[in-house]
Amino acid sequence: MSTVTEPQFSEARLVEIKALSKRYPHQKSALMPVLYMAQEDFGYLSMEVQQMVADTLSLKIMEVREVVTFYTMFREQPCGKYLLEVCTNASCMMNGAYALLDHMTASLGIKAGETTADGMFTIAEVECAGACAGAPVVQVNNMYHENVTANDMDALLTKVRAGEVI
Amino acid sequence: MISSDPKQVQRICFDNIEVENMHTLEVAKAHGAYAFLPNVLKDFDTDKIIDEVKVSGLRGRGGAGFPTGLKWSFVPRNTGKPIYLLCNADEGEPGTFKDRDIMRFDPHLLIEGMIMSGFALGVKDAYIYIRGEFLHEYNVMCGAIEEAYAANLLGDNILGSDYSMNLMMHRGAGAYICGEETALIESLEGKAGRPRFKPPFPAVEGFYGCPTVVNNVETIATVPAILEHGAAWHAAIGIPNNTGCKIFSVSGDVNKPGNYEVPMGTTLKVLIEDYCGGLKHGSVPKVVIPGGSSTPWLTGEHYEVPLTYDDLMKAGSFLGSGAIIVMDETADLVAITHRLTRFYAHESCGQCTPCREGTGWLERVLERVNAGQGSDDDVKVMKDASTHMAGRTICALAEGAAAPILSLLEHFPEDVQAKLLNPQQAEKTS
Ligand SMILES: Cc1cc2nc3c(=O)[nH]c(=O)nc-3n(C[C@H](O)[C@H](O)[C@H](O)COP(=O)(O)O)c2cc1C
Ligand code: SF4
Ligand code: FES
Repeated sequence: MSTVTEPQFSEARLVEIKALSKRYPHQKSALMPVLYMAQEDFGYLSMEVQQMVADTLSLKIMEVREVVTFYTMFREQPCGKYLLEVCTNASCMMNGAYALLDHMTASLGIKAGETTADGMFTIAEVECAGACAGAPVVQVNNMYHENVTANDMDALLTKVRAGEVI
Repeated sequence: MISSDPKQVQRICFDNIEVENMHTLEVAKAHGAYAFLPNVLKDFDTDKIIDEVKVSGLRGRGGAGFPTGLKWSFVPRNTGKPIYLLCNADEGEPGTFKDRDIMRFDPHLLIEGMIMSGFALGVKDAYIYIRGEFLHEYNVMCGAIEEAYAANLLGDNILGSDYSMNLMMHRGAGAYICGEETALIESLEGKAGRPRFKPPFPAVEGFYGCPTVVNNVETIATVPAILEHGAAWHAAIGIPNNTGCKIFSVSGDVNKPGNYEVPMGTTLKVLIEDYCGGLKHGSVPKVVIPGGSSTPWLTGEHYEVPLTYDDLMKAGSFLGSGAIIVMDETADLVAITHRLTRFYAHESCGQCTPCREGTGWLERVLERVNAGQGSDDDVKVMKDASTHMAGRTICALAEGAAAPILSLLEHFPEDVQAKLLNPQQAEKTS
């Protein structure tokens, strides 16, 4: 017997997944929402978690892998407690997104795509967030922050470091 | 409330956009939501609704501008297969941010539109495919849908009628290509979002091989007003063949960026000067991308163009999604083109060689040119590669990727030359 415990969805999740699957013509449509659930429950989609999703929905592992690797919001690696996603597409770029990104990478000492050593922050450069009137836009764990200045970002990082929930 | 005098009408989808708590059923109902729905369920049928939508002149607001009533009339009935209605809320075209406001501020308008459109098409199961990043909007929509179910506006025997329809939200996960309707269908089937060959068109063979209508959020949200006020009312707004209002998402070098819903035919200049507080610098824009980043650029010469499908086509571009990106004289066009090209290279789904290879190659060339290391040969390569990419692929992404480059080379060759001559010029500035 393996000593590592395999990841398992909770009973409540399995009930939720069963109900969800019935709302589509075929169970396979539930794959993306179930991957979101798995990512929420396990932090990221390791091979073991992907296998568990495949088993739960009676899919081949390749069908799950194909989807996980195609979509940028599914993560195969752990990321920081706070995921800071900076949009640098055209409208944000015209409104100082790169200066903001440079400020963030300098103050956290990491590059875009990296995570701080304490596991607190990951910085990512992303495509148009669909909120260009508020350029530059930064998503913090999927919460939109608009018209973000370097000062705003410093204040936010200070708050998080002081243990405040944002 | 919407005025019945077309001359008075300013807005359709945004009629109640500033109303506080409009996302709750109670407030939405107090402002007329679902008031006309019983009449539709009782007095209208498929043919009557399709006819109304046809006569209204409504054209798709997602990008292609296809007449909505005509699209609906292509759906074969009595095939024995279910018919699906999918709302496209993927909103990924750079510059576009209108559907987000409808969903977060007036979700019941979209739900009512889905019920009426679903009723017209005989749909039992409808889905709204929303881009994954819009988590807040997803939650607002889910809350509104839950309230609608509890009030018997969704589910079995809606408001006591014979009509039953389910509506469900489905999140994308960060892939621009899933906004293309057949990629959206693939994605909703639990697969990678790779566009399908057309024909067959989704109206005939779509979601799990069944007849499927895909419409944009703004298109669907316009349907309730058309049915309530009548096709003629809608057709009287705007100009013939370009009727109704349109939400323009304006961003870039303007003083008040934002969403503005105006009657079709309003000029670009009026939109920018009267609504958006004018340009940040200068009196005429250097470049205006009129319909999202995939549409060809306009220059100052077209500042007074009326914003309609037809006029923008005459001007050499498209109305697209109505996302207007404005660049004034301070904009670094080569840097912006490089950034947009990187976007397309990243978002290409990879199944057509000209698109996959072309976007990647163009990105590398533009990176070099923007960094001041480009040569005249690079300019030639840019021109050839972008010219040859379009029209030879499964979907229109490749054409959209070529648009900024071809526009840059056509209208601003001196900006490109300046970069070639000044190796010191750093990238990342604009
Ligand atoms: C690359 C690509 C991306 C697209 N993205 C979107 C989108 O985000 N939202 C949308 O409504 N339509 C998008 N479209 C257009 C859709 O394919 C489709 O035409 C539209 O959803 C139909 O709805 P409508 O007739 O109401 O406009 C995109 C098309 C392409 C080629
Ligand atoms: S044109 Fe590009 S994005 Fe569209 S199907 Fe082909 S490879 Fe995919
Ligand atoms: S360009 Fe940044 S949100 Fe659109």
